[in-house]
Amino acid sequence: MKVRAQFALVFSLDKCIGCHTCSVTCKNTWTNRKGVEYVWFNNVESKPGIGYPKNWEDQEKWKGGWTLVNGKLELRSGGRMSKLLNIFANPDLPQIDDYYEPFTYNYARLQNAPLSEAAPTARPVSQLTGESIEKIKWGPNWEDIMAGEWSNRSADKNMDNVGREIYGQFEQTFHLYLPRICNHCLNPACVASCPSGALYKREEDGIVLADQDRCRGWRMCQSSCPYKKVYYNWESGKAEKCIACYPRVESGMPTICSESCVGRIRYNGIMLYDADRIEELASTQNEQDLYEAQCKIFLDPNDPAVIAAARAEGINEDWIIAAQKSPIYKMAIDWKIAFPLHPEYRTLPMVWYVPPLSPVQNQIDQGKLPTGPDGVIPLASAMRVPVKYLANLMTAGKEAPVVSALNRLIAMRSYQRMKRVEGVVDTRALEAAGISEETAQDMYRYLGIANYEDRFVIPTSHEEERLDDSHGFQGQNGFTFGNDSSTGISRVTLFPRRRKESMEPREKAPFAGDR
Amino acid sequence: MKESIFSFHNLLFGVYPYICLGVFFIGSWMRFDREQYTWKTDSTQLLSKDNVRLGSILFHVGVLLIFLGHFVGLLTPHFIFAAIMPDITHQYLAITAGTIFGLTAFIGGIILWFRRFFNPRIALTGRWADKFVLTWVMLTLIFGLLTIPTSIGHAGHGDPRVVTSLAEWIQSIVYLYPNPAFIEGVDTVFKLHLFFGMTVFLIFPFTRLVHIWSAPFSYLTRSYQLVRTKRLKYQEIERYDLGKSPEQ
Repeated sequence: MKVRAQFALVFSLDKCIGCHTCSVTCKNTWTNRKGVEYVWFNNVESKPGIGYPKNWEDQEKWKGGWTLVNGKLELRSGGRMSKLLNIFANPDLPQIDDYYEPFTYNYARLQNAPLSEAAPTARPVSQLTGESIEKIKWGPNWEDIMAGEWSNRSADKNMDNVGREIYGQFEQTFHLYLPRICNHCLNPACVASCPSGALYKREEDGIVLADQDRCRGWRMCQSSCPYKKVYYNWESGKAEKCIACYPRVESGMPTICSESCVGRIRYNGIMLYDADRIEELASTQNEQDLYEAQCKIFLDPNDPAVIAAARAEGINEDWIIAAQKSPIYKMAIDWKIAFPLHPEYRTLPMVWYVPPLSPVQNQIDQGKLPTGPDGVIPLASAMRVPVKYLANLMTAGKEAPVVSALNRLIAMRSYQRMKRVEGVVDTRALEAAGISEETAQDMYRYLGIANYEDRFVIPTSHEEERLDDSHGFQGQNGFTFGNDSSTGISRVTLFPRRRKESMEPREKAPFAGDR
Repeated sequence: MKESIFSFHNLLFGVYPYICLGVFFIGSWMRFDREQYTWKTDSTQLLSKDNVRLGSILFHVGVLLIFLGHFVGLLTPHFIFAAIMPDITHQYLAITAGTIFGLTAFIGGIILWFRRFFNPRIALTGRWADKFVLTWVMLTLIFGLLTIPTSIGHAGHGDPRVVTSLAEWIQSIVYLYPNPAFIEGVDTVFKLHLFFGMTVFLIFPFTRLVHIWSAPFSYLTRSYQLVRTKRLKYQEIERYDLGKSPEQ
């Protein structure tokens, strides 16, 4: 057993109102620069829909993620040799138009237009070429709130086996929001596909980063990530991706998308997992078993053996405590109400989702939906969003775990409703869903109240383990005399190295002794 | 043979090669050391996929094989070649391989050149240096291809002297006994090709060409997953296989 800690997230789709505050705060923080105008580390899709970039879930087209070749894991886009043979032109790379051609508007025209009868207009301008665009035909969120024709939106891969014709009818339409960021996978395909070894996973918190200095722009990561969450900066020529706001997370703050989430749908926390089992579990034969397989990789943070192994790996005490209080562990493992996004890609993603209930109050009031024991809350199978669709998103099509999760969410609501509205403790729904009263109360606390300190349990990083001279480090960054904080990369440099250590007494302070 | 006094020919084929090589090596090292963030392929495939696959593959494969051909054909000491084949065979071999791969690179290069200058997105977003370096490489290639008819003419008369004298000159440069006199008599088109070719090395460190240094062969032997740690005690071990602890 090799215990590693992973910074993980859960998004509760049940509460996402599609306001895009996460996207905007993320954009303003990280990608409002030249070359990444088209990049949204965080985006919110309207489902069903083909998403951003177009049809990203169609891996027959994009060849993202992993597949099994004779029972062994291999990149779907081909192994190492095929990467090198295709290095002069990546056959699976999207074109920027698959995302959208980034645009702004000619706002200056509003002020400098000559006097005229009609008010001047600010016409769209391409941010690539600076030329006018006659008509904007696609954007990062073109399908927002079911915009566009069903015939186009229903190309959504998750509609396979759901019944495209049926749900095209007006009475049957359904809709949910799907906010997406990098999944910081346990078995990342982007890392595996990088010929330069520029992408890597951080040992301490599992955040996947693209080394801007080592990236050479071979672009294999962009196509190999099945979630299309690694982007090519066309100005810098480097790969860029969601960094899980690591400067914030290291300081114990949630990611900016989570912090700014209006619906409080986002949870940040620590998961302990067994790194020795990554390959074994990602190679699970049946795609539909991958969700359960991934659950098996997580370690119980309250198990004394796990705690001892974690300590042996150098995981700090506050991280173990954080793992014990992790909202992610509660939702994913204790309550089984959160699921990974497309486990069939075999990357073991670490942003999980609570499926949406999407009840229709009007329908319930009219008594048109079959209801559970309390006679008020509708059955999971009667919900507007077809369970099969959610299963295609979250469990490679296996419906039972999703139904169970929906039932638990409904049961919690039913129990809570009876208590608050009727003043009666009715546990029939809870028993049917297989959860205790205590669990229901906890679920209510985390999902309904969603206090800041419950949503975000983030231990700070231990910089003291990184620096042998913390005192000397102060004042090293910030105002510099050229070349910023770089000291050069070669072991033997052509230039004088900067003197970095502080001048301190060499004599170490006496050890305080064992406590 | 000319006395060792100053002449334009000596400057160009006795001194200039060393300036080019010096800038090539030291410039590359400096840029690698100080400017990692600028060290990249600078691909434009994302902006437009038009003809990239055909053009880029033909161009790269052609150029690489031509470079390999020049390297082996010109730097192998003469006695080795003499043991394998007569000089005239060497010349015909050079003509054949040069024509095939030269045209491969040329066709690919033309596709890329037109794309770079006339695809509106690529032309407008491209930097001046990108256009310059591609044009320069293409000119080198064109002069290289133009030497072929001359070479065929020489070979037709059973005269292999051009290829041997070029090889002798380049070996005199590389093995540090520069003797520009070796190529005093070669046709102007060869000299033009040499000048353009040497200048490619001169501009190399200042352009996207540096990505050639970074051909990622190590990928073939590397483990798929990479994990880095910030903890000091592990830092000397930068990467290791999935699941193996860093101590192992």
